[in-house]
Amino acid sequence: MTETKSGDALVVEGLTRVFNKHLVAVDHVNFQVKEGEIFGFLGPNGAGKTTTINMLITVLRPTEGDAIVCGYNIAKQSSEVRSCIGVVPQEYTADEDLTGWENILLCADLYGIPRDISKKRAEELLELVELTKFKDKQVATFSGGMRRRLELACGLINRPHLFFLDEPTLGLDVQTRTATWNYIKLLKKEYGMTIFLTTHYLEEADVLCDRVAIIDHGKIVTIGTPEALKESLGGDIMTVSIKDGNADISNIIEKVPRVKEVKKQDSTYRIKVEEGEETAPTILDAIRAEGHTVTRLSLTKPTLDEVYLEYTGRSMREEEESKEAAFRQRATMRRARGQGGR
Amino acid sequence: MKPRNQQNSRNPLHGLWSLTNRELKKWYKNPYLLALSIIQPLIWMGLFGRTMDIGAIFTKNPIQIPSIPGVDPSAIAGINAALSNPTFLKNVSDTMMAKTFGTSDYFSFMSVGIVSFVTLFTTMFSGMSIVWDRRLGFLNKALSTPVARGSILMSKVFNAVIRSIIQAAIVLGFAFVLGLQVGADFTPLNLLGVFAAVFLIGMGLSSIFIAIAIRSTRIETQMAVMNLLNLPLLFTSNALMPTSVMPDWLQPITKINPITYATDATRQLVLYPINMQQLLVDFAFLGAFAAIFSTVGILLSWRYLSR
Repeated sequence: MTETKSGDALVVEGLTRVFNKHLVAVDHVNFQVKEGEIFGFLGPNGAGKTTTINMLITVLRPTEGDAIVCGYNIAKQSSEVRSCIGVVPQEYTADEDLTGWENILLCADLYGIPRDISKKRAEELLELVELTKFKDKQVATFSGGMRRRLELACGLINRPHLFFLDEPTLGLDVQTRTATWNYIKLLKKEYGMTIFLTTHYLEEADVLCDRVAIIDHGKIVTIGTPEALKESLGGDIMTVSIKDGNADISNIIEKVPRVKEVKKQDSTYRIKVEEGEETAPTILDAIRAEGHTVTRLSLTKPTLDEVYLEYTGRSMREEEESKEAAFRQRATMRRARGQGGR
Repeated sequence: MKPRNQQNSRNPLHGLWSLTNRELKKWYKNPYLLALSIIQPLIWMGLFGRTMDIGAIFTKNPIQIPSIPGVDPSAIAGINAALSNPTFLKNVSDTMMAKTFGTSDYFSFMSVGIVSFVTLFTTMFSGMSIVWDRRLGFLNKALSTPVARGSILMSKVFNAVIRSIIQAAIVLGFAFVLGLQVGADFTPLNLLGVFAAVFLIGMGLSSIFIAIAIRSTRIETQMAVMNLLNLPLLFTSNALMPTSVMPDWLQPITKINPITYATDATRQLVLYPINMQQLLVDFAFLGAFAAIFSTVGILLSWRYLSR
């Protein structure tokens, strides 16, 4: 069994899940989440984020590997794990036929919290997510943002030590997304809560997370603070497009000083450079000197987007999701946009 | 960090009633749904029970026997005279009905059978409801909490059972109003026995339907299962016709169909003179049926609710 280091709310070792004997959704993943940090799991659709979270919250059995959540083994002590975690799933799970108040008390009952305590907590939490006014309304009448806030409140009812958020802002408008971020930051600041979240919004990871892991094809490709990851790119990113798509001028660009790496995609070159502002004109001169016409040019300081693309590539993903997951995601998006409760 | 021990004194059944009540609320807070679920059995009872008035075959369309070569015409004339006498016909009808159905009134026979019918149809939906919970993500949410897996399953069972009992009470109430003729042994206390029978058969049936649906993610599959099973289960029981008139090959099947036992228990308690020994056999069978399948359901929920 994995030893828990003090200071780690979550230790994951060799966690693997294989579906239908050959589809490896999560492939020997290792990482730790420290006490009190916000840890982000970043990756394209179908990368294995939700599968990982489902194993950590004990609703999916790992094929291989182990994880220790709040000091408990997910396989052998799943009941203890469930008591100390809070979960906000990707989809809206609140019962639409019940009111907000009934929903949050139902969650409390699932944790076995006595009514006198759970009523007090429910009031506090609804106040926190600003739903007190609407608590006696049927959830079917809630907007996407209100539903997301209700999910947050329900997930917090047992005062979790480790809080799991799966795509907390999927389908939300900018205002609600910003508000949700503020709640999450508040949880860390006020309650010192450890938070594990998955997202495919890079901005979200950048704004919220102390550390992020980028996962792709079921494997963690890199892990670190957003700043460190950006720095690891080793410079600015310049993209140049030339008119003649057939010519390959990579070697010309590579010869320019301070150019660290060139990647060609059709007639576009993605160039990693140091001190981009000074180097860019030199590169242009070099290209023109060979008789090529530059049609497009951009220079970006590294963002998490660049880190992400660096590690996961630019190609779009064919999503390999189960019908059930796809159905839920569509339903979530539809409800988030407030297009009817049913 | 130190493992934290929260709420160690937690009741192992915590959440069971909340989950059950969640399902019940969908029903009693929605008058439309409530009305529909009561109207359906009433339609069966009122229309089917009245149109299938088997006794009327004798009384409503009096027949005359044509002359048969070799039979004394005066004997035939005598029979024909009797056949045109309504009192005689009523007598024949009542005697034949009582012999076959145990009561001279098919409506009474059938309306009690409707209690089993209602239970069957109500419990069938518990399988659907677990598929919905899986699809909407509620099931995953519940599984991530320390609530017992068995409670998740049993909440669906109890929801179906409680609904069935309430519907059975309503159906019997209407049946009395519409002319159900209770037996000589009937007392209002017998109704408790009827509810006990409904409880047991409902528990077993809904456990089976949930067990079938426990891994399923498709509503359509569940609807197909329901359509496949509902009428055969009904026809292979004594709910609509007594088993004594069924062909020999069908009779052993009716003997293993739990609906037969629930219906027989209900009929004994409401219509027939009570045969204590037979009643005990009915309840023993129903009790074993409920115990076995709810245990199977709970065992399956430990293994198969999580994936």
